[in-house]
Amino acid sequence: MSIFIDRQTSVVVQGITGRDGSFHAKQMLEYGTAVVAGVTPGKGGQRFEQRVPIFNTVRDAVASTGANTSVIYVPPPFAADAIMEAADAGVSLIVAITEGVPVLDMTRVVPFVAERGVRLLGPNCPGLISPGKSKVGIIPGRICLPGSVGVVSRSGTLTYEIVNQLTRAGLGQSTCVGIGGDPINGTGFIECLTAFEADPETTVVCMMGEIGGVDEQHAARFVQDRMTKPVVGFIAGQTAPPGRRMGHAGAIISGSSGTAAEKLAAFEAAGMGIARRPIDFVDLVRARL
Amino acid sequence: MNIHEYQAKDILRRTGIPIPAGEIATTPDEARALASRYGSTVVIKAQVHAGGRGKAGGVKLAASPDDAYAVASRILGMHIKGLPVMKVLVTPAADIAREAYVGIIVDRAAQRPVVMVSPAGGIDIEEVAATAPEKILKLPVDPRYGLLGFQAMQLGFFLYEDVALARQAAMILRHLYEAFLATGCSLAEINPLVVTPEGSLVALDAKMVIDDNELDRRPELAALRDETAEAPSEVAARKASLTFIKLEGNVGCVVNGAGLAMATMDLVKYYGGEPANFLDIGGSSNPEKVVHALRIITADLNVRAILFNIFGGITRTDDVANGIVAATRQNPLTVPIVIRLTGTNEEIAVKILRDNGFSASADMDAAVQQAVELARGGKAA
Repeated sequence: MSIFIDRQTSVVVQGITGRDGSFHAKQMLEYGTAVVAGVTPGKGGQRFEQRVPIFNTVRDAVASTGANTSVIYVPPPFAADAIMEAADAGVSLIVAITEGVPVLDMTRVVPFVAERGVRLLGPNCPGLISPGKSKVGIIPGRICLPGSVGVVSRSGTLTYEIVNQLTRAGLGQSTCVGIGGDPINGTGFIECLTAFEADPETTVVCMMGEIGGVDEQHAARFVQDRMTKPVVGFIAGQTAPPGRRMGHAGAIISGSSGTAAEKLAAFEAAGMGIARRPIDFVDLVRARL
Repeated sequence: MNIHEYQAKDILRRTGIPIPAGEIATTPDEARALASRYGSTVVIKAQVHAGGRGKAGGVKLAASPDDAYAVASRILGMHIKGLPVMKVLVTPAADIAREAYVGIIVDRAAQRPVVMVSPAGGIDIEEVAATAPEKILKLPVDPRYGLLGFQAMQLGFFLYEDVALARQAAMILRHLYEAFLATGCSLAEINPLVVTPEGSLVALDAKMVIDDNELDRRPELAALRDETAEAPSEVAARKASLTFIKLEGNVGCVVNGAGLAMATMDLVKYYGGEPANFLDIGGSSNPEKVVHALRIITADLNVRAILFNIFGGITRTDDVANGIVAATRQNPLTVPIVIRLTGTNEEIAVKILRDNGFSASADMDAAVQQAVELARGGKAA
């Protein structure tokens, strides 16, 4: 088992003829992901790499190929519309890789997607991979190894760093999920933790957070109240400067400045393992297997 | 992107929010001329992208035109939190009876804009939020319908019992929400909103933060940027599509990805060093970006050692290696450099570096420890 994606995942790539979309569509095909369709308006009827059919709309792609997952590489000004198009076409999972989507666009996208019962991951995320089964997004396949460690993270390259260290130590992963760091996005820590808790293959979870917001604090409370599986946490930004203040409103809204210290204290209170350095995950995970 | 108080006031004034007159002066003479035109006591306010202007001495009253000249000479040229004051806003002083706070922010938790109001506004609003949260009303707005009339009135009555004032406040909130959307804001606030002796409301201070992601498709918003108000190193970094924040330490860090960059800084500290900066070269790097990054890092005279930490995914490590070679050929380094790279095209990158006299490692912890030691023993650049 794994979470969110497996061998049944069939993918439509929105923006398949663009620079990033074509590069990563090839990488996904090489990894063995079932990439069954591409979408680029105006290029319907053509084929990508002589094999993947391209459609003008996501609706056409889903009707012809039965794709159940969309991955989005379209440029930021069009990304919100692309996400809503995918949700309306009836896929069950949308993975938005695009970085730089305006946050006010996302305030409209999130309820639109939720009303249709679709899971959204991202935007501004590296996607996810269930090693040996399927990869949707841009996480390099060769740093992963099939196994029983669940990984969920707000970062991109930091996730690669930690997954790579786990793999080198022989600690394989069930699924690695990058939820992305934008202020408003789809799937969060708690939904990933819920899925890992329910996944029989996953035995221990690694969670990587960052400074800012209160998502990690809420996730820690969830770990304490609802999870039986051990969770090891890390927070990037322990030495980051207090940073640009967002007027008074940021502090008023959350009642918290979102520092690393607050988040680590929440992890500690929840009885989680705490990795001070990325390399610490290896020993902490091994002790909990 | 931050904009100045006077720019935010211009935007809000155009939507119909009552805002006192006020103009910008860049010299003491201009400040004197404005004060004599207003013919009353004026407030002179530093226009700088830093909070706590008042506490830093950047907001002062001036009773006469000559006084305005003297006050403006002191404030212009001041540095507030490291940023130079190049402009002051000159505005007639107002009698302040009651100060309220109104603001709108895109809230992560609610996943939508949230309007917040408090009858206890002013400089201590964060204190109020911490100690008397019942004095703040927060209302999430459904972006499909916007701020509805009855919601605005509910917020207005939370601020004022008097129906005339509550109505004015509701109108101001609806205009503020309109400006928030039209300007692609992540934050818009008026603090304080005050009642004049004549019984009407005016906005005495305004702050707006524009979502950086709006700027590409909205050139008219990008044009509001004031580069003279930003640190020169951060302007240079932005032009090279890098994210850079200067810090006080001596280990210069060049990393791809914000999370890994923060984790690298944390590791420098863990091994007893102090990072000189946060610098993220982003994804899909090209060699030119690395050249710019090294130029920015080496311009910092505190830097005693440079640390590259690159995990190649989209970023090709051979691009980074070529950038390091090109940059050091143009400007030979005077401080030691430690290069850690792994991932996409690692073998090619290591060969490029070896052929040009650099060594590279694949182990993050070892590289960070080495850079910290070199910085400790090293001399100034």
